[in-house]
Parts: sequence; C-alpha cells; structure tokens
Amino acid sequence: MASESVPISGSIHLERESGRTWLETLHEWVITVDHKKLGLMYIGLALLFLVIGGIEAMVMRLQLAVPHAQFVSPEVFNRMFTMHGTTMIFFVAMPVMFGFGVYLVPLMIGTRDMAFPRLNAWGFWITAFGGLLLYFSFIGGDGLYGAGGAPDVGWWAYAPLTSPAFSKGHSTDYWTIALLVAGFGSVATAVNLVATVLSMRCPGMTLGKMPLLVWMYLVMGGMVLFTITPLTAAQMMLMVDRYLGGHFFDTQAGGSAVMWMHFFWIFGHPEVYVLIIPTFAFISEIVPVFSRKPIFGYPIMVAATVGIGFVSMSVWAHHMYTVGMASYSNAFFVLTTLSVGIPTGIKIFNWLGTMWGGKIRYSTPMMFAVGFLFQFLIAGLTGIMLGAAPFDWQLGGSYFVVAHFHYVIVGGILFSLFGAFYYWYPKMTGRLLDETLGKWHFWLFLIGFHLTFDFMHIPGLLGMPRRIYTYEPGRGWEVWNLIVSIGAIVQTIGTLCFVFNLIWSYFRGKKAGNDPWDAWTLEWSVASPPPVYNFATLPDVKSRRPLWDIKHPEDPDWKYE
Amino acid sequence: MTTRAGANIRLCRCFILAILGLARASGQTSSPTSIFAPASTPAKSIYGFSLFVLAVTAVIFAVVCGMLIYAAVKFRSRSGEDQKEPLQIYGSDQLELAWTVIPVLIVIVLFMTSARIIHAVQDARMPAGTIEVTVIGHQFWWEYQYPQYGFVTANELHVPVSDPSHPTPTFLRLLSADTDHSFWIPRLAGKTDLIPNHPNNTWIDPHETGTYLGQCAQYCGTQHAKMLLRAVVESRADFDRWVSDQRQKANEAPDAQAEEGRRVFNSTACINCHKVSGSVANGLFGPDLTHLMGRETIGSGAAQNNAANLRAWIQNPAAIKPGVLMPSMKLTDKELDAVTAYMLTLR
Amino acid sequence: MSAMPAALTPEWTLPSRGRIGMYCLIAAEAAIFTIFVVAYLFYIGKSVNGPMPRDVLEVPVFYTVCLLSSSIVIHFAERALERGQLGSFKILWFLTFALGAIFLVGTGFEWRHLIEHGLTISTNLFGTTYYSLVGLHALHVSVGLIGFLIVIAFSLAAKVTEAHSPQISVFALYWHFVDAVWVVVFTVVYIVGLRA
Repeated sequence: MASESVPISGSIHLERESGRTWLETLHEWVITVDHKKLGLMYIGLALLFLVIGGIEAMVMRLQLAVPHAQFVSPEVFNRMFTMHGTTMIFFVAMPVMFGFGVYLVPLMIGTRDMAFPRLNAWGFWITAFGGLLLYFSFIGGDGLYGAGGAPDVGWWAYAPLTSPAFSKGHSTDYWTIALLVAGFGSVATAVNLVATVLSMRCPGMTLGKMPLLVWMYLVMGGMVLFTITPLTAAQMMLMVDRYLGGHFFDTQAGGSAVMWMHFFWIFGHPEVYVLIIPTFAFISEIVPVFSRKPIFGYPIMVAATVGIGFVSMSVWAHHMYTVGMASYSNAFFVLTTLSVGIPTGIKIFNWLGTMWGGKIRYSTPMMFAVGFLFQFLIAGLTGIMLGAAPFDWQLGGSYFVVAHFHYVIVGGILFSLFGAFYYWYPKMTGRLLDETLGKWHFWLFLIGFHLTFDFMHIPGLLGMPRRIYTYEPGRGWEVWNLIVSIGAIVQTIGTLCFVFNLIWSYFRGKKAGNDPWDAWTLEWSVASPPPVYNFATLPDVKSRRPLWDIKHPEDPDWKYE
Repeated sequence: MTTRAGANIRLCRCFILAILGLARASGQTSSPTSIFAPASTPAKSIYGFSLFVLAVTAVIFAVVCGMLIYAAVKFRSRSGEDQKEPLQIYGSDQLELAWTVIPVLIVIVLFMTSARIIHAVQDARMPAGTIEVTVIGHQFWWEYQYPQYGFVTANELHVPVSDPSHPTPTFLRLLSADTDHSFWIPRLAGKTDLIPNHPNNTWIDPHETGTYLGQCAQYCGTQHAKMLLRAVVESRADFDRWVSDQRQKANEAPDAQAEEGRRVFNSTACINCHKVSGSVANGLFGPDLTHLMGRETIGSGAAQNNAANLRAWIQNPAAIKPGVLMPSMKLTDKELDAVTAYMLTLR
Repeated sequence: MSAMPAALTPEWTLPSRGRIGMYCLIAAEAAIFTIFVVAYLFYIGKSVNGPMPRDVLEVPVFYTVCLLSSSIVIHFAERALERGQLGSFKILWFLTFALGAIFLVGTGFEWRHLIEHGLTISTNLFGTTYYSLVGLHALHVSVGLIGFLIVIAFSLAAKVTEAHSPQISVFALYWHFVDAVWVVVFTVVYIVGLRA
C-alpha cells in the first residue's frame, strides 16, 4: 500500500463528538447539505424500505407456497404485490443508486460537494416524504367509501383499473401522488448529478479521464430527465381523470387504455436501465481493483453506456407485445430490444477482459462482482428470449418474466450493490466489514437466490401467470412454488447476516485507513471517513488512475492512455 | 476458495440445463398448461421458434460462461506468489470489433426469425369455414358469443377440432366490458389481451380433442386469479350438437320445486344480471345461464358444477370466490333449494 | 504533493453549473410537455360528443404576439444589465413581465369564453386534453411571472447589478423555454387541431 505518499488531511468522526447531545447530532443530520451525509441518508432510507419490501415478498411467498392457501385474502395479496414492486423500484433501488452517486461522484472528481447542495437535500427529503406518503396509505387509504387501504392496482397501475369506477377510495391516489412527489426528487438529483459532473471536475480531469463510475452516473442522470418525466406526466393525467372528471384513460369516453401503457413503459423500460447503469458503475470500479488491472476498453465502455442510454428509450413496447399492436410494430420493437443487448453484451466481455490475465483477489466485493457477472449473463439471455415477441406471447405476463426481472434486479443489481457496500463501507465509516460474515452473507444469499429465481422460471414455462393470489393444483406448479418460497427464507437469513455485519462492523470492524483495497481513484486518497471538505490538496490528475500514477511513478498510466 | 467460486458457477450451469430438461419433460407429461406441449398451429409455431431461441442462447451461455469460469479460476492470485502487479492491458480494438460483430449477426438472425413467426401468426388468413367467436372479458368471467349461430354462453369455450389438411380454425375477437384481461391457453396459442375500446383478435386450430386449460393473464382486479379458462375441443359432430343445444331456449321446469325456483329467480334481482333465454330474465351484466348445467365448473372455474356448490354459490359467492361482483342474494333456505333446483334444469 | 502553481496550470474552465442545471430542467420539462402534446394529437377527432374545437376555439393571435415578443424584450433586458444600464434593465424587465401577464389574462378570458360555450375539462377528450396542455403551460408562465416579481423586488431594493448577469441569463433561459413551448402548443391546438 502506498498510503504514505498520499496526503491525508484530517478526519471527522461520525460518532458523537464529546460534548454534543444527541439532539445536536440529529439536528446536524436533518439540516445537512453535505453530500456525504445525504448519500448515507439515501442509502439508509433504501435499506429501511428494502426490509419492508422484503417482508411484503415473504407474505406473498408464504401464500403461494401451496395451492389454495388461506394465509392472506386476495385483497391483501394484491396490495402486497403492488406495494412490493412500487417500494422496491422507487424507494429502494432509486434512492440507493442516488445515495451512492451523490456520495461518490464529488469524491471521485476531486471536488468539495455537489453542484447544488441544497437541491441535493431537497431531493432526499421529498423522496423520503413520498415513501412516507405511500405507506400512510395502509392506514389512510380508507376513503369515504370504506374501500381502500394500500394501493392494489399493480405497480404499473394499468388503466382503466385505476379509474374512479374500478378503483374506489383513495388507495390509487396514494400511489399516484407519492410517486409524483418522489419523481420530482429524482429529477432534482439527476439535474444535480449532471451539473456536478459537467461543471465541478478538478483541474486535469477531462471527461476522458473520469472514472467510469462518474461517466455512468452522468448517463444515468441524463436518462432520468427523460425517463421519470413521462411517468410524471401520465400521473398528472391520471389525477385529472380521478379528480377533475377528465377522460385521458376513460375508455367509456373514447379514451385509450393502451395510451397509459405506452406512457408507463416509455418510463418503465428506460427506468430499469437507470437502475442498472449505476450497477455497471460499481462493477467497473470493483473488478479492475480486484483483478489488479485497468478496465479493459475504457472508451468502448463509455460509448456502450451512452449507446445503451439512447437505444433503451426505443424498446418500451416489448412490454406490450400482447396488446394487439400491428405485426410490423411488434417486429420493430423486437429489433430495438435485441439491439440494446449488443452494447450490454460488450460490457460483459470487457469485464471479462479486465479479469483476463489479472491477479484476482477474492475479497467479498469481488465475490459479489463475479456472482453478478454470471447472473447478469443469464438474466440478459432470458431477456433475449422475452425480447423475441412470439416467445413473449407465451412467456409474457407469466412467472418466467417475474423470474427474469428478479434475476436482473436481485441477481444483478442487488449483488452488485452488496459488492459496492463491502467495497465503500470502509471509506464511508472508517472500518472494514467483517470478511467472515461477508462470506456467510454471500453463500447464503447465493444459494437462496438460485433456489428461488432459477426454479421460478419453470412455473412460467408451465403456464402460471403473475399477480395471482393462489393457483389451481394439478397444473404442475406446486413443487416449484414451494422451492421458490423456501429460497426466499434462505435469502432472508443471508440478508440478516448482512444487516448484522453493517451494525457490528461499525463498532468493532477493523480500521480501514484511507486505502484498504490498494485502489486508484481519488476517493481513496482521503481519510476514511473523508473530512467534511473532502480534499485539502488534490493529487495531480494526468490519467484515469491518479493514484496508480502516484504509486507507480516508473510506469504511470498517462504514458499509455 | 476460488475453486468454490468455480464450483458454484458449475452448479449454476447445471441448474439451467436441468431447468430446460425438466421443462421439456414436464411439458410432455403432467402439466395441462405447458407451453412445450402445443396442440394448435400458433402454439406449435411458437414452440418451434422457442427451441431455436433456446438453442442460440444456450450456445451463447456455454461459451461466455466457460470463459468466465476459466478467467475466474485461472487468473486468481495465489498465496506465495510475488506481489508485482500483472501486465496492465488497456484494451484491444480487434477484440472489441469481434465481440461487437458477432452479437450483431446473432441479433439479425433472431430478428429475422422473429419477424417471420410474427407475420405468420398475426397476419394469418382465415379460410372459409372458420368458426367465429366474440370473447368479452368481464371481471371475473368470460362471455362467448357465437354470431354465426346466434347464441351467447359463458365460461366454457367449445370449438371443433381442426384437421391440418382441411383446417377449420376458430377466430376469436377479443373485447372487454371493464378492465384489461388476457386470453391465455398455453397449449393452443400465445396470449392476447382484451382491452376496453381496443378490439383485438387471435386464432386457434386445435389438432386434438380434449379440454384445454388456461386463465386470465393480465391483472384485472381482486379475483384475477380465478378467472380460469376452459376450452373444450370436440369432433365436428359433437360440436354441431352442442351448438344446436345452445340455441334452444330454456326447457320448461319439470317439477314444482324447480317451478318455485324459477318464480323466485324471476322476481328477485337475479334477472338484473343474468339471462335465461325463453324467460323474462334478460340481464347482461353476469353470465348467461340458459345452459348452465352444460358446463363443468361454475364461477369461471372457481368450483365444480354440482348441486352443493351451486347452492353455496347462490347463498354467498364470496365464500367461494372472495371479491366476485355477484352479491349474496340473502335468500332463505327454502328459496335457495328451489333456485338451485331450477338451475339444475338449465341444461 | 501539492497542486501545481496557478502560473503553470493551463486554464481550466468548465461550463457554468447554473446553465447546465437550467438546461437539464428544461430537458425534463420538455419531456413532460411532449407527453401532453402526444396525448392531445392522439385524441384529435376522437371525442364522442361536442363541442369540437371548430365550434368554440378562437385563435389567440394578440396574446401570442405578446408572449413571443416578451422573448425579444427579455433579451434586451439581459443586454442592458450586462452593460450596467440598471435603469433600462428595470424598465425592460418590467415590460417582459407585463407582456407575460397580459398573456395569462388572455388565457383566462379564453377559458371563460370556452366554459360559457360548454367546454370544461370533463366535457370530452378535447376538453380534457386542451385544458391540461394549455393549463400546464399557463402554470409554467405563472411560475415565471413569480420569478420576474422576485427580481423586480430585488432590483427596486437596488440589489441587482451587472455582476448578476449570469443568473439573470439563466432565468431568461427558462422564459425562452416557456415561449418555445407556446409555439408548439399553439401549433398543435390552433393549427393542427383545428384543421382535423
């Protein structure tokens, strides 16, 4: 480790400083505009909702473990799948990605904070408010008509199920307004990320020298501006229908239910790329460091990411292959959907190329990264299957799709996130997460994940549609559903290991120092946790790996890039 | 430790291959709703196409997975090795080109085959002799209208078997009375949605007689899970007999109890929702009951169609299918027995 | 190792974060408007009952001229501030505000006329899409007018100087966007929508 030659400029403790009351500490966190604290709060919010969303998933899996179970009523089950999806996408995945983004981007580009620190705080708090509003529906959703509770229209809220005629009470309104409000927060943070990357880089860090994570957050931020906003518009239209007597999606008045689908999926498909691109960012930082080689093909990785950003906005109707579009429309979306797989596949090859010829160290972050690579490959291939419209005519709307997207989100995004936690937790807290607990977490979660999501493909192939609170015996679905439910329990245990590790290591973890992984990007040049001002002085940025240049003055990157 | 990573990866591969194998096997044996046991041209086209796609993706998986395992195992750092960093490689234009061009070719091939099947299924011409059925999706049951024969039924679709050399397919026009639904009988065809104000269509030409199962595949509300589908495929003769039965009006009630049941039925709110041809009951909101006893199930598959279940259903439908839109009629026991007896006469 | 002395570093300039931020906001808002425009276009001719556009719409030429010319006036206001002509700036800025306010009042008159002729947001598809699209634009005009008033308040307190030109330009970007959206809305509602 070459930490001796890198300046360490003071440190700040996250624990209570002597003489401060807990009220003062709470106040400091509530009014903060510091990107590091806000990043941690975003991540904390996401972890809270991850647990809640996980409980909702467990309720569903217990109900579906056997046919004709009576664990919960259909009304409760329908609320569970609606809330599980809505929570996981909007109050787990988006906040955690924004959290890592606002924490890491300023540190990686050598600046003091985000471009708009107060906007950063506003974005966080309005997202938190949206989450609170959504969950308030459990107690507040019983409108004047007694028909309510939490929303139960599915997380896509298809029209006309959401019209006042079919969705009485206020449950749908909680869905609409909570997400509308959280959406404003997302757009605000996206504006902040783009402005930070374009306007706040330290001297010497041209766009071509930024870490890949920063590039990917630039693309993600740009995408959010065009991705969340169609949903915002559609939700405004839904509110006009529900409260002002409008007819945007009122099929009785000539309105179009399919138009809601178009607007929703114009949001919904790019949204999953908004979530996966930061995932790629984490992998692109972790795999090189633990393979001890630079990322293979940096320019192509940038081009592929930008390409994915654009092409992903043209694929949305592959969620609508069964709604009766003309054959040439279906064919067009097959072409665009398969095409977006090309830059995605290229990235897998580049990560493979990074590992090739390296000296791979299998600490916990790298184990999760390798798990990601295999699982993301499989998820991408089932995505290709679903992208081919005729196959989707059978598999769409079935448990095959549920298995596919959980493979991406859990097997891909969550695995990469776990890796990111193990990798950057030392920077954020000053202590390493325990490696033994980390390995228990990894193996338990891996086994649970595969039990659940590998076998979940089978009921789909055997005709089981999604969003059903129970199913008929005799269709060959029973044993697979039971295995899927058991896997969920194993995943829960693995996650509990993780949560325990987070808490235990905060107090008892090994001290990390500023650069425990012998890494190369600027965040590793400051203390762990970083001082509030981040950098007292900046290292010379002449290449993509400024710390490599410092540690290897005889063989610096800028000679080869 | 990393050999465990490799072993774990090999385990994954075995899972996937096992899944495919099991799926193939189960398709041929026990599941009545497997997509791998097609019995009609659209399903068969999709099946053949799906094997091709599975083969392509399996090859991609084997190649890339193999390389990943190799890299993960071969290039791990070994203890005792020197701490020098490995050769720092930044990229390779030739490799980038190769692993861009090959995926582009794969995409082109998959797109062309997809387009061919899409066109074949969606744009197929229906020959003379096609049976036409209008399917109307309701929360949470299926209405079937046979405009060529002039009758309406519910929840069980009857179609004639189709001889591949002289096809007599059934063309289904798909409409909805309320929210979105989706018609999915896996062994007969891919699914197509029923969307209000957006007519769709699909077609089937089953090659073997039998009863084919499916269910609604687009979340439509509380009882989406029990909006089951039954398609009875029968010989031409049997189908024609069924059609002529369906066109008959309801028979006269044979005994006093059934007559009493008919009186109760016709004088309460039942007739607001249900139709029985040849009687005053003319409601269109609920299923047509004229030939109720010809169906194997009630509640669109929620329960077997027998006297006990009928009585329980009429007494309180929500006990069998909670969230169903038919309210409990709050009849007395005597009225329940009478109405059930009347229902039993509706053959 | 410390940062290189300023005399030896080549100049390192990056785009202003305010401008980038405003461009991003404009992009996001443009996406929202696009969805409303798409809905408007899709539903042309599909209302199942009247009144239809031809029955009730009157083309608001005067108010459009007011709004679009305010883009020219604000441009001159920006130039005035850059040159330190604070008096001209105040007048031109207020004139821009006034033109925008006239437009908003005009929209109000138009809506009163339409309601009197039986068109509300719940009447038919035309009513729903019309009031939503024009209303969303009017909302953005209103937000802009509030911004104008804030700047007017500050300038009356003699707090606005030529050093604030960059911020004023960034705000002007928003106003130009609002005007550009009106060009699109006008075309869609009063030209395309009336032809069909």
